Amino acid sequence: MPLSDEDVREILRIIDESELSELRIDTEGFSLHVVKGDGGAVASPPPTRQASPASPEPEPERAPEPASGSTDGLTTIHAPMLGTFYRAEAPGKPPFVDVGSKVEPDTIVCIIEVMKMMNSVPAGVAGTVAEVIADNAELVEYGEPLFRVEPA
Amino acid sequence: MKRIKRVFVANRGEIALRIVTACQELGIETVVGASEVDMHGLAARRADRAVCIGPAPAAQSYLRDDLVVQAALGTRCDAIHPGYGFLSESPKLASRAREHGITFVGPPAEVIELSGDKLRAREEAARAGVPVLPGGEVASAAEARDLAETIGYPLLVKAAGGGGGRGIKLVRDADELEGLLSLARSEAGAAFGDERLYLERFIAAARHVEVQIAADTHGDIVHLGERDCSVQRRYQKLIEEAPAPSLDPAARDAIRDAAVRFAEAIGYRNLGTVEFVVDSETGEPYFLEVNCRIQVEHPVTEAVTGRDLVALQLRIADGRALGFTQDDVTLDGHAVECRLNAEDVAHGFMPSPGTLSLFCVPELAGLRIDTHCYPGALIPPYYDSLMAKLIAHAADRDAALDVLIEALEDLDVEGVETNRTLLISVLGHDDFRHGAVTTEWLERAIV
Repeated sequence: MPLSDEDVREILRIIDESELSELRIDTEGFSLHVVKGDGGAVASPPPTRQASPASPEPEPERAPEPASGSTDGLTTIHAPMLGTFYRAEAPGKPPFVDVGSKVEPDTIVCIIEVMKMMNSVPAGVAGTVAEVIADNAELVEYGEPLFRVEPA
Repeated sequence: MKRIKRVFVANRGEIALRIVTACQELGIETVVGASEVDMHGLAARRADRAVCIGPAPAAQSYLRDDLVVQAALGTRCDAIHPGYGFLSESPKLASRAREHGITFVGPPAEVIELSGDKLRAREEAARAGVPVLPGGEVASAAEARDLAETIGYPLLVKAAGGGGGRGIKLVRDADELEGLLSLARSEAGAAFGDERLYLERFIAAARHVEVQIAADTHGDIVHLGERDCSVQRRYQKLIEEAPAPSLDPAARDAIRDAAVRFAEAIGYRNLGTVEFVVDSETGEPYFLEVNCRIQVEHPVTEAVTGRDLVALQLRIADGRALGFTQDDVTLDGHAVECRLNAEDVAHGFMPSPGTLSLFCVPELAGLRIDTHCYPGALIPPYYDSLMAKLIAHAADRDAALDVLIEALEDLDVEGVETNRTLLISVLGHDDFRHGAVTTEWLERAIV
């Protein structure tokens, strides 16, 4: 079902009149991410899915953006993989970051362990850590929010 | 005695839902490990908990044994059920689970490893007195020429690391042998990391018959009858039934006994399937391979035996005795399953992913439908195209086939292309109605 410009405008109008501050729709052949306020709106048109014998191209791989924006101006750092979340290099060591820590995109903010493999996770954004969401030594899922950062 | 309390379901689609349902009936909690695109699927929603193990591509989610074990540990599951496909026959997952004190619902890693080596499995079968096709391993072209003379042409070159129809080449005469052998060797090395090859006699008119076995950890092994899965396209089964039609009683007894004997010889545990190829001209059965998992087609066996095979897998994994003997296994009536796939038959069976705008299944006496589909469900392009399994159980074969045809005709499905029309025409086809067809019948019939 192709979406016309008018449809998109209609969707935006409905969202605008609603209480929602952010909306993400992801369905087959269509994805829409709208953030009210200064975030702006991004609507991608559906990839054409005609009857032509083009191979059903899998959607391009979409790693969760390590850092994504939201309404309160804070950026969320998501888990790039499932595993056990560690805030420090080793038990007893100080955490990589805490609330108030300044980070650069390549600053390591945590470790995610998968079967004894320690994976360092960079912030992916410059700013100040505003919130630590995930619990130390607990399982985090792929894409789960880990930290919130006030961008510089 | 250990007691499984929480099962990690390392699969998706209808089988993940089937496992969740079986666990719920047994009072066992479930955690479904889903890819990002399956987090809203029925299995993930019905389970006590769903965890996102990775992005949609299976290589980054369903095929990662490290993520699966980590997720099972992190959600405090005491068992992992791998379903079929994906990691179901991964010795690595089985051993990794064991190392971390998690019960793998399946055979021990060593048995899975042996079964994955088709050459060793064949040798073990022969040693156990199970009939195998004339053939054997060939290390060089000269060896192959000599062996081929005794087997006769046409013959098959098979990769030890293959199985399930993969890594097989048909050699029609001596002139083709050397070229195909070296091609097969390099392909096998690249695909399976194992260059070993063996030759086997080719049976032109063959039926695919497999025996369901169950072995507990106390040394008891039974069979649960056999299934015929000869309606295939490119080794993909389309219609399966139990018991196998047109199998003479001697051959039926022979394969059932052989399957149990083989399972005993290799120390098999849990549920498994021993596959045979039956020469439709002579009626002779020969060992093909053993599958260490619950099969897609297990419901036809459940229908005729009245036993829940997924529950039985969990029971065995829990260390409990089978709870019944071979004499208790009785077969009632006839069951047929067909696989409804999201594919475009008219365009070379191309997968047809999409969102179901309509999906409504009929309710008929003797009909069971295993499906994860519902109106609005997404059939993602990343995985196999199985949408639903329709299983009919009736007093006899004709009655079961009629139920399936009625069910397919009454089915409402819109949003994707399906193979429904093909299934209806096969189920009503004279050749199929008259009894067992051979494995290449479907491809000839649909041309």
